[in-house]
Amino acid sequence: MLNASLKQLSAMLAARKISSVELTSEFLKRSRALNPEYNAFITLDERTSLAQAQAADILIGSGRGQPLTGVPIAQKDIFCTKGWLTTCGSKMLSNFISPYDAHVIGRFNAVGAVNIGKTNMDEFAMGSSNETSFYGPVKNPWDTAAVPGGSSGGSACAVAARMAPAATGTDTGGSIRQPAALCGISGLKPTYGLVSRYGMIAFASSLDQGGPMAKSAEDLGLMLNVMAGFDARDSTSLEREPEDYTRDLEKPLDGLRIGLPKEYFVKEIAEDVARAVEAAIGQYRKLGAETVEVSLPNTKLSVPVYYVLAPAEASSNLSRFDGVRYGYRAPDYLDLNDMYRKTRAQGFGSEVKRRILIGTYVLSHGYYDAYYIQAQKLRRLMAQDFAEAFKECDIIMGPTSPTVAFDLGERSSDPVQMYLSDAYTIAVNLAGLPAMSIPVGFGHKNRPVGLHIIGNYFAEAQMLNVAHQYQLESDWHTRMPKE
Amino acid sequence: MSLSLDDVKRVANLARIEISEDEARKALIQLSGIFGLIEQMQAVDVSAITPMSHAQDVMQRLRADGATEIDQRELFQSVAPQVEAGLYLVPKVIE
Repeated sequence: MLNASLKQLSAMLAARKISSVELTSEFLKRSRALNPEYNAFITLDERTSLAQAQAADILIGSGRGQPLTGVPIAQKDIFCTKGWLTTCGSKMLSNFISPYDAHVIGRFNAVGAVNIGKTNMDEFAMGSSNETSFYGPVKNPWDTAAVPGGSSGGSACAVAARMAPAATGTDTGGSIRQPAALCGISGLKPTYGLVSRYGMIAFASSLDQGGPMAKSAEDLGLMLNVMAGFDARDSTSLEREPEDYTRDLEKPLDGLRIGLPKEYFVKEIAEDVARAVEAAIGQYRKLGAETVEVSLPNTKLSVPVYYVLAPAEASSNLSRFDGVRYGYRAPDYLDLNDMYRKTRAQGFGSEVKRRILIGTYVLSHGYYDAYYIQAQKLRRLMAQDFAEAFKECDIIMGPTSPTVAFDLGERSSDPVQMYLSDAYTIAVNLAGLPAMSIPVGFGHKNRPVGLHIIGNYFAEAQMLNVAHQYQLESDWHTRMPKE
Repeated sequence: MSLSLDDVKRVANLARIEISEDEARKALIQLSGIFGLIEQMQAVDVSAITPMSHAQDVMQRLRADGATEIDQRELFQSVAPQVEAGLYLVPKVIE
């Protein structure tokens, strides 16, 4: 059962072969047992989860069950969850019980899914390794000496270690795809605007996007069917007709044109990653796809552009954490300004403070045009690069991460090295495109390798089809780490 | 460009973050490295490019100008650090 897909679990629940209470209890028991080692969850609340499971059993019994009714889903602790602690991995929100649900949580509640807990994450989603959480680092279940990737590292770990059948994540510069790759699971960052950001604690509003993390592409499709949809409360939410993202899963890949950007296959990629990615691309050729070389000439600028724009937006979004309306407040202060300064100095961790300082600097008088406007112009160039590439191909592929999971602490003292971990994923966020990572093998020290699949705007169903057809021919996504 | 210690302190003040002398020195080293990376941007001529502020060319939606929220003051203030008589308490600003 631990390795069952969402589709299989849903069928078992619908056929009453198992109840949601039994299923939820099983995953809760496993999560409780493994969490001291992996630190994947910040909050487990058995009473609330089991109450939701009981309600789901009644819903299923009445014949009104839907595909994810009664299925336990782990929620990244960035999603506001009414009545649950919602910390965003920060001391600043370590006492925050959300008074409302995020749109995504509301949609899972509406179909009767069970929230099995809130997953650990880099503080305010800032990090590539899940080492910046106030609640301590998450361990990679394939090798506890390694990071799980960030910032959705708790979610990736929970799914990889089979503590939950699926989880939510958010992706600002690769935070779904990179931890999915490093933990050997599947993860999808949708087109910007497809999943509402209402109640998703904001890091960089023009880049943040929630998405699903699960074992397989098929499961991601089932999750996205629930998560995606228009929300008037998010001014960037897109008004589109609802889609069934699983509709194209079975389509053959004959004639699919895969673009391989020459800038992605360079000497900076680790040999083990290159080998696994090339083998996967070889498998796609066997499935009837053809490969064409494309170019994304501004790839090298994506990290610098991101580290202007994301901190700029973060410095603005995080100004709300001032110790007045919610969250942490410093115990001793002289006046209002001192209260702000001490609250923010004590409540934020060093990575968050670093990014607020960068953002404040690039937006300050005299530097705005040189940094912020320059970066926004380069952002358009990068989006144009993708548009040109998609004239030559249907889908773009490459490695998700230049290396397999690195060791805990290996890059934490060097922010620049850490930032380069997301070199292949960031440009997608800048352009607002959808992209995903699927497991395609193992490298150094038996650590997982991810294949990055980038689609054109709103091509989620096609990408899931491309990923699913590979997963029908491979078993990387079914493998479990040894305990 | 090179950052100075005064720049770091000025920015920390603008960001309302208390920073010690030691922290400022450490931040200076790290921020200088990051700005070294960021400087790569300046080599590209983008004079003819329009800045891109949003991934989709969408218009900002407007909603009807009417009250839609119900009064949830008690609920929202239940998570505040300090409240009294329905007000958020902060240190005195005006003598």
